[in-house]
Amino acid sequence: MEPGGMKRVDAMLVLEDGQSFRGRSFGAPGERVGEVVFNTGMTGYQEILSDPSYCGQLVVMTAPHIGNTGVNTFDFESRRPQVSGFIVRAHSRECYSSWRASGSLEQLLREHGIVAITDVDTRALTRHIRSAGAMRGIISTEPVSVEALREKACHSPQMEGLDLTGAVTCAQPYGWHEGSSEWRVRIRAGQVSDGQASAGEMVRPLHVVAYDFGIKNTTLRRLVDHGCRVTVIPAKTTAAEALALQPDGIFYSNGPGDPAAATYAVETLRTLLGRVPIFGICLGHQLMGLALGGQTFKLPFGHHGINHPVRYLVTGCVEITSQNHGFAVDAESLPSEVEVTHLNLNDGTVEGLRHRGLSCFSVQYHPEAGPGPHDTTYLFAEFVQEMRAAHAPWRSDTGCRDGCKVS
Amino acid sequence: MPRRTDIRSILIPGSGPIVIGQACEFDYSGTQACKALREEHYRVILVNSNPATIMTDPELADATYIEPLTVESLERIIARERPDALLPTVGGQTGLNLAVDLHRAGVLERYGVELIGASAEAVHIAEDRQRFKQRMLDIGLEVPRSGIAHSLDEAMGVVAETAFPAIIRPSFTLGGEGGGIAYNIEEFSEMVEKALDISPIHQILVEESVLGWKEFELEVMRDRADNGVIICSIENVDPMGVHTGDSITVAPALTLTDREYQRMRDMGLAVLRAVGVETGGSNVQFAVHPKDGRISVIEMNPRVSRSSALASKATGFPIARIAAKLAVGYTLDELPNDITRETPASFEPTLDYVVVKIPRWTFEKFAESDPTLGTQMRSVGEVMAIGRTFAEAFQKAWRSLEQGRDGWGADGKDRMDPERLRERLITPTPERYFYLRYALQSGMSVDQIAALTRIDPWFLHQFESLVNLEGRIRAFSLDTLPPDLLRQAKRMGYSDAQLAHLLRDSQPAPAGGQPAGAQPLPTLAEQRLSAELAVREKRKALGIVPTFHCVDTCAAEFPAYTPYLYSSYESEDEAAPTDRRKVIILGSGPNRIGQGIEFDYCCCHAVFGLRKLDYETIMVNCNPETVSTDYDTADRLYFEPLTLEDVLNIVEVERPDGVLIQFGGQTPLKLARALERMQVPIWGTSPEAIDLAEDRDRFGSLLNALDIPSPEYGSATSWDEALAVARAIGYPVVVRPSYVLGGRAMAIVYDDASLERYMRQAVDASPEHPVLIDRFLEDAFEMDVDAVSDGQTVVIAGIMEQIELAGVHSGDSACVIPPYMVAPRHIETMHDYTVRLARALGVVGLINIQYAMKDDVVYVLEVNPRASRTVPFVAKATGIPWAQIAVQVAARGLNLADWEARSHAHHVALSPTSPMYHVKEVILPWARFPGVDTLLGPEMKSTGEAMGSGVTFGEAFAKAQLGCRHFLPIEGNAFLSVNDNDKANLVPIARELASLGFNLLATSGTAVTLRAAGLAVTSIYKVNEGRPHAVDYIKNGEIALIVNTPLGKASFFDERAIRRTALAYGIPCVTTLSGAAAVAQAIRSMRDDTWSVQCLQERPAPGRTSGE
Repeated sequence: MEPGGMKRVDAMLVLEDGQSFRGRSFGAPGERVGEVVFNTGMTGYQEILSDPSYCGQLVVMTAPHIGNTGVNTFDFESRRPQVSGFIVRAHSRECYSSWRASGSLEQLLREHGIVAITDVDTRALTRHIRSAGAMRGIISTEPVSVEALREKACHSPQMEGLDLTGAVTCAQPYGWHEGSSEWRVRIRAGQVSDGQASAGEMVRPLHVVAYDFGIKNTTLRRLVDHGCRVTVIPAKTTAAEALALQPDGIFYSNGPGDPAAATYAVETLRTLLGRVPIFGICLGHQLMGLALGGQTFKLPFGHHGINHPVRYLVTGCVEITSQNHGFAVDAESLPSEVEVTHLNLNDGTVEGLRHRGLSCFSVQYHPEAGPGPHDTTYLFAEFVQEMRAAHAPWRSDTGCRDGCKVS
Repeated sequence: MPRRTDIRSILIPGSGPIVIGQACEFDYSGTQACKALREEHYRVILVNSNPATIMTDPELADATYIEPLTVESLERIIARERPDALLPTVGGQTGLNLAVDLHRAGVLERYGVELIGASAEAVHIAEDRQRFKQRMLDIGLEVPRSGIAHSLDEAMGVVAETAFPAIIRPSFTLGGEGGGIAYNIEEFSEMVEKALDISPIHQILVEESVLGWKEFELEVMRDRADNGVIICSIENVDPMGVHTGDSITVAPALTLTDREYQRMRDMGLAVLRAVGVETGGSNVQFAVHPKDGRISVIEMNPRVSRSSALASKATGFPIARIAAKLAVGYTLDELPNDITRETPASFEPTLDYVVVKIPRWTFEKFAESDPTLGTQMRSVGEVMAIGRTFAEAFQKAWRSLEQGRDGWGADGKDRMDPERLRERLITPTPERYFYLRYALQSGMSVDQIAALTRIDPWFLHQFESLVNLEGRIRAFSLDTLPPDLLRQAKRMGYSDAQLAHLLRDSQPAPAGGQPAGAQPLPTLAEQRLSAELAVREKRKALGIVPTFHCVDTCAAEFPAYTPYLYSSYESEDEAAPTDRRKVIILGSGPNRIGQGIEFDYCCCHAVFGLRKLDYETIMVNCNPETVSTDYDTADRLYFEPLTLEDVLNIVEVERPDGVLIQFGGQTPLKLARALERMQVPIWGTSPEAIDLAEDRDRFGSLLNALDIPSPEYGSATSWDEALAVARAIGYPVVVRPSYVLGGRAMAIVYDDASLERYMRQAVDASPEHPVLIDRFLEDAFEMDVDAVSDGQTVVIAGIMEQIELAGVHSGDSACVIPPYMVAPRHIETMHDYTVRLARALGVVGLINIQYAMKDDVVYVLEVNPRASRTVPFVAKATGIPWAQIAVQVAARGLNLADWEARSHAHHVALSPTSPMYHVKEVILPWARFPGVDTLLGPEMKSTGEAMGSGVTFGEAFAKAQLGCRHFLPIEGNAFLSVNDNDKANLVPIARELASLGFNLLATSGTAVTLRAAGLAVTSIYKVNEGRPHAVDYIKNGEIALIVNTPLGKASFFDERAIRRTALAYGIPCVTTLSGAAAVAQAIRSMRDDTWSVQCLQERPAPGRTSGE
């Protein structure tokens, strides 16, 4: 028995190539399969766990200590943990410490039935994935042989060709009104840091309709911070239904799975192009690439972290971005009317694009930064500008129907 | 943006002598900057008064000036070199202040020199606390409430607003010098007066206390295109109230959520922008309220710093190198990450390990000083350890410290006073973490401890888990210990020695005790060693061996190309040793008084020398401040503790051809015997010879056999023995413990009573650790000789004459090359003795011998068959990289006799008609240790040194003084007060001072002597005689120079008051007559104003051929 009274159960991670890693269970008992990906962020495990884009994945944290600050009610990116499994080097058991904590990570994982394994040599595992590429794996807390587990891993679905948006999208449309509240860092002297609406925008809230492929709370808060009224809609909402909501702009969220498999979403997006300003991120960006005639491909082991340098080609500046994606848009495949606006400086992949004629743009990374640096919040401001500049046919400049609610 | 082409030459000021708060991290940063700028083909002009630095090696700059870091000196250099730009951000606070002074004096404008890296305005905002705070408030950030004061009255007004406890911070001082925390009005007034005094602009900040808040630092970089990145976050385990240099720190920050961290990141970048740091690295410090997360900005340094050196070593991101490139116009994305090669420097390193830094203090050398840690930094060095978890890194860091501990306790060496437990937890001292262990062991809860220490509970839980694990281990013996538990202990950082201790208690005692007539009991050290090795053997048999991992900046996301490694106990080893010919160089560990940067210099030169012989070089060290731990110094770097266990682990992985132990000071020497026993191939002088030189009796016999005189000596293991020995030798005697460096606990005793006091209080004599007793050669001249030997040929590198007479530790004495007052026949004698001793000991490599001359006899005082503290000074004085020569000799890659025939190096050292004099002066940390007397003695207390060179002794001495920022007066009143022995010899010095125009003041006795010699002198009172007395004169600014030799016990307090007041008021106070004579010569040289500056590259280079 360990201090704290909970018995520690052996657990194992087995990869489809037969590599196995031993550790101990610290979440729910059971077996989970998924694609094993590593995230190199040193902070943000609660956001990562609850990011719907990790649906179907076993997430390895390269930072050794996880659970230090427990969990709190504000830092969830969705209503529950979304990962299939969680793999760490050293889980902080009861010893979390944070003025905001409302409970321990372990407790959260158990409550939500998330299988998790600690004491794993996560560096060796990361090195393996880096060189062998992303692969499927299985975590088990049962005393099963490596070979049997490998079999199961091999029979789990491949990420390529998998549409997972249905698993994480909302069932019904809903409105979102909460902003970042006290977490909005306001630095004066023109240093807009964390989504500051510029003065004079309080006149009339813009209505953003956000397609939910696994949208994150921080994204929604950022939109609100920028003076938007947000309606979140299910992934399979048709273009006509979306337009019927009379949006000033449409937002395409992040999400799990292979973008090329979400053909319905590409179709809808294609229909919406040119009707209202569209801003897409992550999966939304990949869908944009596909809708504009490009192609996507699977990266060897993806980008999962909060330290990725990206060059914004318009200004030449480098921004440090939060990333979480396994697929990317192929630059070569894009038609000439599409401009690549952002490039990843580590591997040269496309990080952002914009149509030269239509009001639509997208970035591969997570400008909402939950977790991650706030270097790219300007994109929300750009979206707002585009919406203001565009004249949506249903927009009346004579007044505002909603009574100018500003959060 | 490409590099700037409108500038061609760049001046870089270094940071001068090592002082507390500004150590060799600035050699590291300056060296990186020099290399980075020369790569870009700029002409680099370097100025630093500290010869023991790698940056002042002539190869590193186009023009290297070992000259004082003063405006006057720099102006001369600027006038000669006409640089286009000055980079002020890599030379610590000294470099930055100097740049500001040059700017203010109009020198930069006059010569058209542009400041790059930080503008004068940005420096000013960052340094001027008032403006800084206002700027922070302007951009909407919080700062502790505070106010500026220029007088006690103003300060009282401010504290009425901010309340107690109040923090007092003087403006523009080093390492928070002169600052503190006041809890009441009385303390406040006293501290304010002192702080106002110490601030060069007589300004202080009185600040709201954020004591107990969590403390964080961010290392931020920014380029001309306004790209900003955070290189590293650092969390102080000790909360606000303890200077960050005196705190245990950890990287990355471990107790912040992402939301909290990103908010801090935004603030960090905003601070740089608001201050106006356009390019380069800065350190920003934050306090975070533990209960509501409020963040207060504490301060920022617009330059590379001690923390940035730590951050560089912790992450693999070379902040100083990149800062230098940014200063000449590059942007972050244009520069590669050297470690991954394929990714750019415009990213934020991510760590998959934990780094722990622990400071090293030397309060034991300043016994009168209160060891409470506060806002003024007092540690003299630090260690860094890397582990996969906090616990592992923490344990490794404690054993890296080399303070006789095998880790964080669990070694049977705790000395706890249970009565003082609460007090020791509340008041931070160097011992606090051991009391914390004790508290956990005695059942105090984490919550209780958190309330007393204000240390974050997360860390306390980590400590608790260590203590709990120990409890489980103690239940077993080595034989019964379950392998899983052993593995777990190793994964949590325990050393084999700690495990041996934990398992020892449960080991059955040998039945029946020691039978009569059996072998003598092994010594305690031998028992410990055997027990440690038994754990090692068992561990290896179970396959529990360390794995090595790369510091790769990216948590394994990309391959790393620089083998920069740390150990852990994981499943996969990344060491990938090569099959090249290779040598391991053992470094010198944390800086401490007595073992500092000089040894790191020697280790780096060992690397350079071996590289020329085409060996792969492997460095082992744990000191993050050093050049030796830069990733591009050696071919491979192991960032590991220098203990037997850790070194053996590396030896077993690398299988080197040789291991070098003679360059890292006492640190590797202590391992010599055990390494030899484990069949590690030690190159150079044998451990046997090292032992022989340390063993008084055996060494005494050797001297007898060679017919070389030495002072009578003896050793004692008890008070009775000591008395007998001392009486037989005759007082005065020098007493000291065996096996120490830097004269630890060394004293000169004149009678039985003081001997008794010494034996009872100062040392813990035992058969293991006898006390050495030597005859003290009063008034003898001391000389230091460095030489290189291959066992047959012995080449003298340098002969130094100490300025202070015997009785002052050689490390605290100024010295000069060549000797200026020694007869040639004595030089010949020393040469002869050195050659014979080196041969007799079979020295292969460096040897250092200390000699004394008294009554026309040359005595050998001490022989150190290893690199000495003076090697870099001798190298700079002679232009020959002696450590490289020595390493090539030790590697049998250089024929010393042939080399000497080619270079005539020998001749250089012995030549009586050297064209130049070179003086080394030391710097002492008195100001950091209130209440400590400033007298020099046999225990070394200096932290660093400066060098001055000139065509006369006076010029060289004057420059060395300026290099240490000892500003000698050229006119005014000289106050003389010397003991009876010195009175006669004072006369010529007093006459010289009078002829230089000084008015002489003296205490009554001294005045009588001077008047008798026909000198005009004014008598003034001693402190206990009446008013106004000497101290009043000093305080009134009526004394410009003090010569005060110790008068003995009777007037002790009087003198001490004079010396402390002189220190407080910055009045030069010379405590030896020989020093006073040198000062008089220096003043003459200054008055003549004949001195000039010269760069090393201009000097005739006799043997700058460093072997082949």
